[in-house]
Amino acid sequence: MQLVNRNSPPVDQVGIEDRIARVTARSIKSDMKLAGLQMAISMIDLTTLEGADTNGKVTQLCTKAQYLCNEYPELPSVAAICVYPSMVGVAKKALGKSGIKVASVATAFPSGQSSLEVKLLDTKMALDNGADEIDMVISRGKFLQGEYDFVADEISTIKEACGKARLKVILETGELGSLDQVRKASDIAIYSGADFIKTSTGKIPKAATLPVTCVMLEAIRDYYLETGKMIAMKPAGGISKSKLALHYLMLVKEVLGDQWLSNEWFRFGASSLANDLLMQYAKAQTGAYQSSDYFSID
Amino acid sequence: MAVKNKNVFDFSPALESAGHIQLKDQYELFINGKWTKPKSGKYFKTINPSNEKVIAQVAEASKTDVDAAVSAAEKAFNGWSSLSGKERGKYLFRLARLIQEKARELSVIETLDGGKPIRESRDIDIPLAAAHFFYHAGWADKLEYAFPNRKTEPLGVAGQIIPWNFPLLMAAWKLAPALACGNTVVLKPAETTPLTALKLAEIIEEAEFPPGVVNIVTGAGATGAAIVNHPKVNKIAFTGSTEVGKIIQRATANTDKKLTLELGGKAANIIFEDAAINQAVEGIINGIYFNQGHVCCAGSRLFVQESVHDEVIQKLKARIENLVVGDPMDKNTDIGAINSKSQLETINKYLKIGKEEGLEMFQSSCSVPSKGFWCKPTIFTGAAQSSRIVQDEIFGPVLAVQTFRTIGEVIQKANNTPYGLSAGVWTDKGSKIFNLTQQLRAGVIWANTFNKFDPTSPFGGYKESGFGREGGVHGLESYLKFND
Repeated sequence: MQLVNRNSPPVDQVGIEDRIARVTARSIKSDMKLAGLQMAISMIDLTTLEGADTNGKVTQLCTKAQYLCNEYPELPSVAAICVYPSMVGVAKKALGKSGIKVASVATAFPSGQSSLEVKLLDTKMALDNGADEIDMVISRGKFLQGEYDFVADEISTIKEACGKARLKVILETGELGSLDQVRKASDIAIYSGADFIKTSTGKIPKAATLPVTCVMLEAIRDYYLETGKMIAMKPAGGISKSKLALHYLMLVKEVLGDQWLSNEWFRFGASSLANDLLMQYAKAQTGAYQSSDYFSID
Repeated sequence: MAVKNKNVFDFSPALESAGHIQLKDQYELFINGKWTKPKSGKYFKTINPSNEKVIAQVAEASKTDVDAAVSAAEKAFNGWSSLSGKERGKYLFRLARLIQEKARELSVIETLDGGKPIRESRDIDIPLAAAHFFYHAGWADKLEYAFPNRKTEPLGVAGQIIPWNFPLLMAAWKLAPALACGNTVVLKPAETTPLTALKLAEIIEEAEFPPGVVNIVTGAGATGAAIVNHPKVNKIAFTGSTEVGKIIQRATANTDKKLTLELGGKAANIIFEDAAINQAVEGIINGIYFNQGHVCCAGSRLFVQESVHDEVIQKLKARIENLVVGDPMDKNTDIGAINSKSQLETINKYLKIGKEEGLEMFQSSCSVPSKGFWCKPTIFTGAAQSSRIVQDEIFGPVLAVQTFRTIGEVIQKANNTPYGLSAGVWTDKGSKIFNLTQQLRAGVIWANTFNKFDPTSPFGGYKESGFGREGGVHGLESYLKFND
């Protein structure tokens, strides 16, 4: 298969860190800040991925997704709810015709340590329950063993099973070891049919970072320059503050350009980010920080 | 329900405030610890190059004023050089700390007077200036460890002439080693950017330096010539153009003045097909557009291996569209104003020559303010070693791109210039880096990065880029004589 022989370009970690230092030194103020906060809200995949998830918990999260903040009706709703396959039906029902997507993790999330048959069944279950988007994990063990064909085949098989549903491929970059590996995994995912590439499961301590995201965005850009096709990006885990979210948007703007700045092409996988965005938005409107008690915690 | 937020995440103005700075309408000469009116009574204006408004009047030092400054320095020399190194170090540490305390004010003044983005003066110029004083303060009482088994003595009065591209930083590069080694100084800042050096004089006063140890005289070429030709000056340190450097070398020949020159450059920045291309593109951008290209070590000659030429050019063009060009006081500005009208004329002359020689020119589509001096970031492709824009130092945001096929060819071409200040190598292969650093005739070679400066690292040129080193242990040698 061509993609396996394809050499991913090297990544210079020091250069990436320099770039991130430049991006985070940008001053995001007034109108730009307001626009960024709104944009970030619209890009959230509001997530609950717990063994302890219940129908009630998921339903409450769906309510929050639809009625984020009554005080500021101009705010957009979040992009999607992200749950386990068993909760897709509950979420789908709770969200009704709101237009908010339901994303489901699948393929033996979060470890991916299972057979392809099980992963396909897992994916099918999510799709049968009505998932609009599938967040799959790659087999990191196989990737680290150098079995790139295996990883690629798995992704393309799941992609085929997804049909119309958009496929997010989670690289779990915290387990890959280097930025060079992140780039290689990104290229494999993109060339195997990923609609999104996603950093992390959120289930290990090393989740999304700006340098890792920068490398993945570069992979997306290089693919776009080569083929003219846009791939979407989703950093997940560890993004809980507005300032950091705005840095991410700045990075997307500078590496990929404005055309990627919509929730079709960029998402945040996060649970507590929404409330911080709301709090900052309220601060920008009223000039004062509100108590966190004014923001519901579903 | 894809929410299309097209183009709304655009930069809002983020202006650094200038309300906190303290500037006088008129500046005198700083001689013997006192603010002294010029004998001629002549003053010149210093303007803000981003809007052409006059910021202040500055005294023009004549030969008589330079005489007074040199005498003051000569008189102060005995006292200063016989202070223990530890005591001299204390003064320098004090100076370094005061620069840090006033960093915000100094950054703003640097940007107002010189046109460079506030991001650069805030994050690079001023912190590095303080770092140079800290570093050399540490050497003041350790000279016998820097040069073991050798007896060192200061030279006497150092005449120092500095350029307009990094006004305060260049003052620090010059003053810190000279003072640490026990010399006294007459310093002349550039005529377009004298203000931070004059603020430094105020800080030197505040630090209670003995009078005459540092004298700062402002003026243009004639003032500089008076320093260079003064018989009581023992050492000349000059940073500026190769043209003026040659004049100075002629003038100091046949005298016992010690001389160091840091002159022009036309650095080769070489990018191989096995490089981390995306980071190399960032490095090229930083190499040529940092400080509007007003950098003697700027990576102005880009050599791209043929197999990656199209990719690199495509990415460079996209990247310069992303650079924010405009008000230097805006915290998001990447490229500020050209330092002076005459420098803009020089740059425009070369843009014209490049086009006349049939090179393909690409400029950012950004708009520039109507007042002030501006040049959009520019790339010329299809250049050759025979192109004028490849041969001459332009000192502006203009990149000349050539291609190459083999490593031997690129080494030959990189060295095929009268200059030899700096070079850059971009490859993922360590062995290639060592091969090139051995063979490139340049004082500083960066690998997989560019324009990195540190007081511990000696900086200086080969060939017509000058001689002598600044920074590191090597930099101390230029301000000492060895009696052994």
